[in-house]
Amino acid sequence: MVEITSPRFKQNAAGALADEQLQKAMNNVRSKFIDKRREAAEALPEFEALRDRAKAIKDHTLDHLDLYLEAYEKKVVETGGFVHWAQTAAEARGIVLDICRMANARTVTKGKSMITEEIGLNGFLETMGIRPVETDLGEYIIQLRGEHPSHIIAPAVHLTKEQVEEDFRRVHDHLPADRDLTEPEALLGEARKVLRAEYFNADVGITGANFLVAETGSSIIVTNEGNGDLTQILPRVHIVVASIEKIVPTLEDASQILRVLARSATGQEMSTYTTVSTGPRRNGDVDGPESYHVILLDNGRSAMLGTEFQEMLRCIRCGACMNHCPVYHSVGGHAYGWVYPGPLGAVLTPSLIGVEKGGHLPNASTFCGRCESVCPMRIPLPKMMRHWREREFERGLNPATQRYGLRLWAFFARHPDLYRAVTGTVVPLLSLMAPKSGRFGWLPLAGGWTRHRDLPAPEKRTFMQQLRDREAVSRQAAA
Amino acid sequence: MSARETILRKVRASLDAERNAEQRAETVAERLARAPRGLIPARGKLPQEERIALFCAHLTKLAATWRRVGSADEVPEAVATYLRERNLPASFRMGSDKRLADLPWSGQRSLEIRTGPSDGTDEVGLSHANSGIAETGTLVMLSGAGNPTTINFLPEHHIVVVEAGRIDGDLETAVGRVRRRFGRGGMPRTVNFISGPSRSGDIEQKIILGAHGPRALHVIVVG
Amino acid sequence: MSKQPTDGRPKVALFVTCLVDLFRPSVGFASLKLLEEAGCDVEVPMAQTCCGQPAYNSGDRADARAIAENTIHAFEGFDYIVAPSGSCAGMLRKHYPQLFSGDPNWEMRSRVFAEKVYELVSFLVDVRGLTKAAAALAGSVTYHDSCSGLRELNVKAQPRTLLRSVEGLDLVEMKDADVCCGFGGTFCVKYPDISNAIVEKKTEAIAATGAGTLLAGDLGCLMNMAGKLKRQGSSVEVRHVAEVLAGMADAPPIGGRG
Repeated sequence: MVEITSPRFKQNAAGALADEQLQKAMNNVRSKFIDKRREAAEALPEFEALRDRAKAIKDHTLDHLDLYLEAYEKKVVETGGFVHWAQTAAEARGIVLDICRMANARTVTKGKSMITEEIGLNGFLETMGIRPVETDLGEYIIQLRGEHPSHIIAPAVHLTKEQVEEDFRRVHDHLPADRDLTEPEALLGEARKVLRAEYFNADVGITGANFLVAETGSSIIVTNEGNGDLTQILPRVHIVVASIEKIVPTLEDASQILRVLARSATGQEMSTYTTVSTGPRRNGDVDGPESYHVILLDNGRSAMLGTEFQEMLRCIRCGACMNHCPVYHSVGGHAYGWVYPGPLGAVLTPSLIGVEKGGHLPNASTFCGRCESVCPMRIPLPKMMRHWREREFERGLNPATQRYGLRLWAFFARHPDLYRAVTGTVVPLLSLMAPKSGRFGWLPLAGGWTRHRDLPAPEKRTFMQQLRDREAVSRQAAA
Repeated sequence: MSARETILRKVRASLDAERNAEQRAETVAERLARAPRGLIPARGKLPQEERIALFCAHLTKLAATWRRVGSADEVPEAVATYLRERNLPASFRMGSDKRLADLPWSGQRSLEIRTGPSDGTDEVGLSHANSGIAETGTLVMLSGAGNPTTINFLPEHHIVVVEAGRIDGDLETAVGRVRRRFGRGGMPRTVNFISGPSRSGDIEQKIILGAHGPRALHVIVVG
Repeated sequence: MSKQPTDGRPKVALFVTCLVDLFRPSVGFASLKLLEEAGCDVEVPMAQTCCGQPAYNSGDRADARAIAENTIHAFEGFDYIVAPSGSCAGMLRKHYPQLFSGDPNWEMRSRVFAEKVYELVSFLVDVRGLTKAAAALAGSVTYHDSCSGLRELNVKAQPRTLLRSVEGLDLVEMKDADVCCGFGGTFCVKYPDISNAIVEKKTEAIAATGAGTLLAGDLGCLMNMAGKLKRQGSSVEVRHVAEVLAGMADAPPIGGRG
């Protein structure tokens, strides 16, 4: 199971801020992803219009989700595949286990998939005596470290190459100790060799899906390494785990969204491999899996439909929101304390694990809006974070001091005369207390501010006071 | 109640689906039957020669290599040249695709051709693409005995033959070709859209070629 | 857009913003001067307090609505409502209608009101057609794009256009000028350590320009950046863009000198 540390977000963040390796690694996110996305978007004149199309396609699909799910299921069965429905993570894990047991599986290879992180599949399979092997390079690295992804498309983005070298030396102890692993090329070469053997060894291959196509019963994955393909064509059994909102109506719809997916994620025009899989191998085929299973997982999605959080279900997991988030840049993905980090996690996590546990995340945003401005599906992320804050406020979940402070301030803000009287007294007093420098280094009740920065002191009187003074002077002059 | 029924019931309740059930069903049936094409970028809407040039320019940008030959008869020589220039063994793996099998391989006597799916020991694989896509430099590969999917991924070098006349402007046109061949809603087991050689940026975001799939992709454009 | 009065001088209400009222009145006076010079009849309705954003962004919709009702009531009689802040103007223009969405009494009213709201500098350029500022400031200046103004109201080119016309002023762009400074309203006191990490990157970018002055259009961001620069011992002077454009940059900078 993935341990939930979201309630300790503040402590997690403090740890992350003090972690020098992490801060060094995060510098890469801050520049490279952003520049590449911008270049790719600028190189396609239709990019903004395609975002609108992509949004409209998903909105249409979500509004008819029950019907598209049924149509999809029908086509999967027609092409010889199996569809399994799972309401919860536990049900999904159980189905995977059953399929693995029927296949007498000892080893399963896995393509990169956030949904299997969400259901905590690896730990579960291990306890059941089945060895899961992550094959995406980043996923493989963090599996060696016993960690979880810190980014949804670049799982090991929080690590430096020196850390990876250390792990490879520790785990691949059958290889010569004096080999040179200083460069990423050497690290990749070693992982490639080790994992090649695993693909052939595996009995079952598990992937996620970027899209499920109702028209054809196909699942689509996009990768750059090709690991997702070797995972599904070499073992006897291919299992696809996907949440119900991954459906799109047709191949044309998938094509439209693919145009914004890779550009938003890595700045590529197309990912290296876009793979459309439909059923098991056909009569006459000489390779490919003998059986094909799809597990359709709800795990809280159906409860988001029809609410102010429905739009979140448009998400195609490109990662652009976190790539552009100043909070994510500062603390990395692990601080968020569950599977989905960054702005998308700030909305999704409270939906999936409860706002009691995930409540920090929608609060830990400056509402700078950069995530929404780059989201290919135009998901209003800040607006939905605000909706979570509203739910917390309604239920009295935020700290009492914050609530009372806010209510008191709001009381004055609603009564302009009273507000004028109070501010007209407090401001001159504060101004009087101010050091000659024109700023406070410390002030009672303002510790959150003054811990890291000075507080500029106010002028002697408020704007409204000064304005009245001036008006009085000009009236006198006129008289 | 089964998980299936429970999930569908919840989805319907959230969407208030009972209210206009008939109209919803019609909308969905229509969409699946007609598959609107959507917005096609202008980029690929070019006369054939320019489209081919765009396709090749994209291949270069993707770190793939390419060569254009006048006719299919020149493919064996192009393959042999590729192997020689890169100091590769004079052997490769391919499927049973007639378009490949019928080529005049006899002119390249030193070439050893293994047929069937790849078992991971092949250094070089040869495939025939169903089509190409100019807007992104993408190859469209269909699974089957003709072009086994393993050949797309296991060899270190992947050589792909594509007919110049089958290089389309955009993704939707390529999807249309697959649909025409297999019928609406029909699909081969796997369609691989391949754009360049395998790569990873998972270590410090440095892009390295040859992650799990081929380190090198070479395209032979015919015609 | 609202219709113009026949004499061509629009009636503009200045929404001062609470931070300017309390901490930096000179920005208010600079705004008055700029608006009057741009041919507007300006009034400052006394019934204003705050736009309600702290309540709105803290999930307190009821208080945010009550404050919004007050604000709309006090300002809706004018041709335009102008604020020297992208954040507050964004609240009035983009978020008030959302607060009242579905309310038969208020939805339309809030929309009509919202259509008339502008951020100061974009109002001067986009509505009043200003292309230069009658001001001088010797030295190099760097400009930070505050998030709400930039992303909700498209304030980006307008301040730069006017700043380039200021005599003696050399505009030097900083790296990532469009990245948040870490202020975020209550965020900076709820998550001070993260806010600090963000503003540290910002002050690093500011320092790298070598500019002597930092400008922006939002006092919250300015106080945050000034507070950090001063804590770091930086000599960069921090001002609201309106003060420079109005030729009123002789007062002590935000957070004092040195």
